[in-house]
Amino acid sequence: MNFEFDEEHNLLRDQAARLLADKSDFTEVRAVLEGEASYSKSLWDAVVEQGWTAVAIPEEYGGLAMDRLALCVLAEELGRAVAPIPYSSSVYLATEALLMAGSQAQKEAWLPKLAAGDAIGTFALAERHGRQTPQLIETRAASGTLTGTKLPVADGDVADFAIVVAASDKGDGASLWIADLSASNVSKSPVTTLDPSRSHVQLVLDGAPAEPLGADGEGWALTQKLFDQAAVLFAWEQVGGADRALNMARDYAMQRYAFGRPIASFQAIKHKLANAYVKNTLARSNCYYGAWALDTNAAELAVAAATARVSATQAFYYASKENIQTHGGMGFTWEFDCQFLYRRAKLLSVNIGSEAAWQEKLITAVEQSNLAA
Amino acid sequence: MDFNDSPEEARLREEARKWIRANTPTDQELAGLDYIAQSKLWQKRKYDAGWACIRWPEQYGCRGGSAMEQVIFGQEEGKVGELSGVFAIGQGMAGPTMMAYASEAQKKRYLPPLASGEEIWCQLFSEPAGGSDLAALRTTAVRDGDDWVINGQKIWTSGAHYSDYGILVTRSDPDVPKHKGLTYFFLSMKSPGIEIKPIKQISGDSNFNEVYFNNVRIPDSQRLGEVGQGWQVSITTLMNERMSIGAGGSGANFKRVFDLAQSTYINDRPAIEDSAVRAKLADWYCQESGLKYTSFRTMSALSRGATPGPESSIGKLVGAPKAQEMANFAMDLMDMTGAIRDPELTEQEALFQEVYMAIPGLRIAGGTDEIMANIIAERVLGMPQDIRVDKGVAFKDVPTSASSDGREPARVCA
Repeated sequence: MNFEFDEEHNLLRDQAARLLADKSDFTEVRAVLEGEASYSKSLWDAVVEQGWTAVAIPEEYGGLAMDRLALCVLAEELGRAVAPIPYSSSVYLATEALLMAGSQAQKEAWLPKLAAGDAIGTFALAERHGRQTPQLIETRAASGTLTGTKLPVADGDVADFAIVVAASDKGDGASLWIADLSASNVSKSPVTTLDPSRSHVQLVLDGAPAEPLGADGEGWALTQKLFDQAAVLFAWEQVGGADRALNMARDYAMQRYAFGRPIASFQAIKHKLANAYVKNTLARSNCYYGAWALDTNAAELAVAAATARVSATQAFYYASKENIQTHGGMGFTWEFDCQFLYRRAKLLSVNIGSEAAWQEKLITAVEQSNLAA
Repeated sequence: MDFNDSPEEARLREEARKWIRANTPTDQELAGLDYIAQSKLWQKRKYDAGWACIRWPEQYGCRGGSAMEQVIFGQEEGKVGELSGVFAIGQGMAGPTMMAYASEAQKKRYLPPLASGEEIWCQLFSEPAGGSDLAALRTTAVRDGDDWVINGQKIWTSGAHYSDYGILVTRSDPDVPKHKGLTYFFLSMKSPGIEIKPIKQISGDSNFNEVYFNNVRIPDSQRLGEVGQGWQVSITTLMNERMSIGAGGSGANFKRVFDLAQSTYINDRPAIEDSAVRAKLADWYCQESGLKYTSFRTMSALSRGATPGPESSIGKLVGAPKAQEMANFAMDLMDMTGAIRDPELTEQEALFQEVYMAIPGLRIAGGTDEIMANIIAERVLGMPQDIRVDKGVAFKDVPTSASSDGREPARVCA
């Protein structure tokens, strides 16, 4: 039994933690949240310099060809840092979509740029309230162009291209397209979201030039597979954030006095934080399972990803809201940092589909694989 | 990251598997024996072959093996391992305490038959007035020549009626603060003056006893630790208790509820198609999976010879309430027949009804949910202990339910 990260991954984790503590304390998150910039350029440059955008890309495309466990390690630390950068859009979604379905030419065109940080990618699926299905997609492709509106698209204002899910008359009802976002038939308007430390746009494609990614009519299956993989990485970000929230709450409770004693000595606070610890531990262990399934491309990936995703979503929500509660009134003020985790918890929980959607996916996957824990 | 054994582990697993296959008692061997006799048969066989108490040293007839070896043997033992249950307290808690505090001669005398199952031990800790607040116990020990004279009452003693020996914490000095006035012993359960009465639980079963001490004499040579040091000795026992009480297999698990949801109906459709049912099942799946992979992390640490992290302490705190919720929900799926406990007339032989009635005990035994949460907060998260009004107060002056002036305690409601 070796259900642990190895020495190499632990070294990467230490490096990542040091860099993020140095370059992205909450001051940086606050700067993006309050300012005009869409993301932290200085942090992004540092991340690119470290090669984190190249981690899972093969060497032939200028990547580092490390395993997916390395991505899990980075995801946890980025989640802990509430990093205000387009990493998940560009790395977990756009890069992985190209690796999964890209032609040789598409890989050659984009992967070296993604690896070197010369391009940022994103993924555009949602169009309306409620769970997106192929039948409800209105974005259409015609003679190499796309027409439709995607809302919201994470990091759409800074991305050079988007992988767009469009309706198809064939197969599973959807197809993926690569759309150049600098084209003139593309307009992007900023959308106010719950977490302004990550920018989002409404993307209007009006006959925008695009090229197909993967086969026509296989876009929905590709999206599901891509989201299963990404769910593991999102879950690691959520676990990192949940851990940060718990530590913040604990540290504050230790130094805050009320009724003549640290509030950390009250069982009402201790039990709340013990609950958070339990949720975080279950989520983390499920993330280990997800990491293993992602790294080995195991048949259980759908089950493992959904398990990690559901428990990490619940853990981060709980820890981030109870962190505010533990801080009392101060936790509700703009000047305190609790808000960053609370905002990010909700953003991450809906970014690639809600908790309820992943609960449904989990049971469906269990039924299909006939696995029981 | 992988789930594979190391080469040595694989060798040991193969060896264990072969031995277990060849030596598991047959139905004929077990026929006519009561549960205790069956348990003793299997335990002695394991001991003779070097598979009992795998981590104990060779001088007590054991293997001197690693925690990982013990885990592997337990996994291979499977169902027949349930026969080890009656020895769990003795081997898991009394044994390590004896190893730390008994004399060499005592260890030689008592540890081998404890490992071989020829002698069964029980734990005499909890009292009517000392449960979560164990150190508030009142059973007295008074020195008389070379002996101590014990008077008082213990409760929740598993297996007292079939045990040969017991470990016992007593109050030897009521004039000092509660943790300082305790003294720890072991004694024969056949000692004159011991009276054992079974407790009937809400489930109707009787798994525990009350044990009364009426001028029971224990030689001073059977004291473990110094006079007044009983609390420190108890900590040794309790540290081992937490390692031996795991998630608590209650029988109600995801698979059972999942199966039930396929055979019960909501609005003329199988319940498994109902999204509310699916959401609940998903959460339980996540909890079970989380516990399973937490134990894998623990095993990985053991496998490389490290001490497992604190994450291993969450099993009972997650597992017991989960089983209760599942049982409650499963009976709702049965709807109006959910109340039926007759195994002939209900689903899955009344598993959920039985779990519903048994699980409140598991949420209390070996540390209540609340105590477990305190332990996580204090030992894992480093949060301070609650302020204790009895701190530094002589035990005899500490307020109690029947308060010191003899009045009934104030009632919250009539």
